[in-house]
Amino acid sequence: MATITQTQKRVGIARPDLQGLVRLSRRNPALIIGIVMVTLIFLLAIFGPALAPYDPIETNYSAALQPPNADHWLGTDKFGRDIFSRILYATRVNLKIGVICVTFPFMFGVIAGCISGYYGGLVDTLLMRLVDISVAFPFYVLVISILAILGPGVRNMYIALSIVGWIAYAKLVRGEVLIAKNLEYVLAAKALGYSDLRIMASHLLPNIINSAIVFAMSDVVLCILAGSSLGFLGLGVQAPTPEWGVMIADGREYITSAPWLSFFPGLAIAIVGVSFSLLGDGLSSFLRPTDR
Amino acid sequence: MDKASYIIGRLLQMIPTVFAITVLVFLMVHLIPGDPATIMLGLKATPEKIEMLTQHLGLDKPLVVQFGIFLRNLARGDMGDSLVSRMPVFELLKRRLPLTLFLAGYAATLAILMAVPLALISALKRDSLIDQTIRAITVAFLSTPSFWVGILLLIVLGVKIPLFPVGGIGENFSQRLYYLFLPALTMALHLASILTRNLRDGIIATLASEHVVFARTKGLNERLVLLKHVIRNAIVSTLTLLGVYMSWLVGGSVIIETVFALPGVGWTMVQAITGRDYPVVQALTLTFGILVSVVYLLTDIVYSFLDPRVTL
Repeated sequence: MATITQTQKRVGIARPDLQGLVRLSRRNPALIIGIVMVTLIFLLAIFGPALAPYDPIETNYSAALQPPNADHWLGTDKFGRDIFSRILYATRVNLKIGVICVTFPFMFGVIAGCISGYYGGLVDTLLMRLVDISVAFPFYVLVISILAILGPGVRNMYIALSIVGWIAYAKLVRGEVLIAKNLEYVLAAKALGYSDLRIMASHLLPNIINSAIVFAMSDVVLCILAGSSLGFLGLGVQAPTPEWGVMIADGREYITSAPWLSFFPGLAIAIVGVSFSLLGDGLSSFLRPTDR
Repeated sequence: MDKASYIIGRLLQMIPTVFAITVLVFLMVHLIPGDPATIMLGLKATPEKIEMLTQHLGLDKPLVVQFGIFLRNLARGDMGDSLVSRMPVFELLKRRLPLTLFLAGYAATLAILMAVPLALISALKRDSLIDQTIRAITVAFLSTPSFWVGILLLIVLGVKIPLFPVGGIGENFSQRLYYLFLPALTMALHLASILTRNLRDGIIATLASEHVVFARTKGLNERLVLLKHVIRNAIVSTLTLLGVYMSWLVGGSVIIETVFALPGVGWTMVQAITGRDYPVVQALTLTFGILVSVVYLLTDIVYSFLDPRVTL
């Protein structure tokens, strides 16, 4: 019995009904606001191109560098391209960076961390050395060094961010597995003669995955920021593809005469960043209520 | 275990990491898909030039021999020449590194000056409006790209209200403080947000801890309790956190220096990557790696003096 309640506590099972939902929104407004905002952002990423009033790439020099007005809500850039339309199209580009650069490291890191923590030995030693080396480099230095080898561009940016990203998940999950593998429910499963694979997949993982999910939410913010930073540096998404970081970089030479060029794309990143941060904070207190 | 053996042990731990960093940096050129010399030359590549560069960089020798030469040169402080400016990379580093370190130190100082009082207010007035506001602001800064914050500061405090210069780095120390204020502030705002959040939770934990509760029950003056028990602890943990985030701060220079066009190592690295100047990229990656390892080492050593429970 004791084992079951302990397990339930760790997983933090909650069964939301309508009343529960109201209570939840009062106790955890960050979660609700986060879910609503992130859903809206995903909808924009899907339907944005259909809503955009102008083509994001087509140039129109007669409309160049207009401040925000009735025709161009957020103004136009030096090629006369509509900033609002470009920001809408870029939602898909930037969100894709966040999703791809979290999904693959998440999957690979969780599996690697699980194996490493469960079996220990050589695999574990190797993983820990990798962790040591990767923390010795500042995040951006490591990413752009990899880009220096592979060459700038979107595909290589995905690779670079993923190579750097999985290690944090592996480290996190390994730590959790090290604790969990000596808990009663795992020992019981072992005593029953279950295979290692079955223990890892159906006993360990469900109990430790929450920390990785909570971390993934803050990692999405990090990846979106990193993606736009690399675009800004000219090492990620390349012009003329609409991407928020590239747009901010394009506007940099006009900060005195046309500040809206850099202002609005940055605002878009900030809104997306805050939304995912709220979702992450909300999820963290929802999934791990004992932490706070 | 005494302090000396702790420090020696910690130093020994650093050796494999630094060695691995060195090997990785050495291998960088060899990991380039395709022929490195051809890629480095880019559009200017002709068979003769490729041949010359291959020989110049020693790329035709066996890998082990190349690594030996690499280590020997490194020991002499010779990191090769920049392919673009022809300047010895070591010389370049000597000129550009001080600015980056100055900026990091400046930003860290500003961040501490902001974070400690904010965290204290936030923790003491827990869950009040002011606490909520401070926390909201920290979330906002952590979710916003620092290059955008930098550009906004430039627009507002450099152009609209011209309080600070928009370019240049200043001649002497006081001028440099003035010229680098906006970039340092940009970095500091992000760092202060991280520090404030962590510190606030730390202070709340300290306030609830037995020794503070005991000091209060003893009837000690509230201000004295705060000063002697809470703030001291807070500053110790800020310094440790700062050690961890120093790596982030130095890495952030890559972006901030590009925004403000400051000729530090971060800006140099971006230039070197776009210009395929691999000797410079290698040297800078190595420098960053060793710099961070040393900072971690120093943090651990300082921390071991502050907290006697620490062992290897």
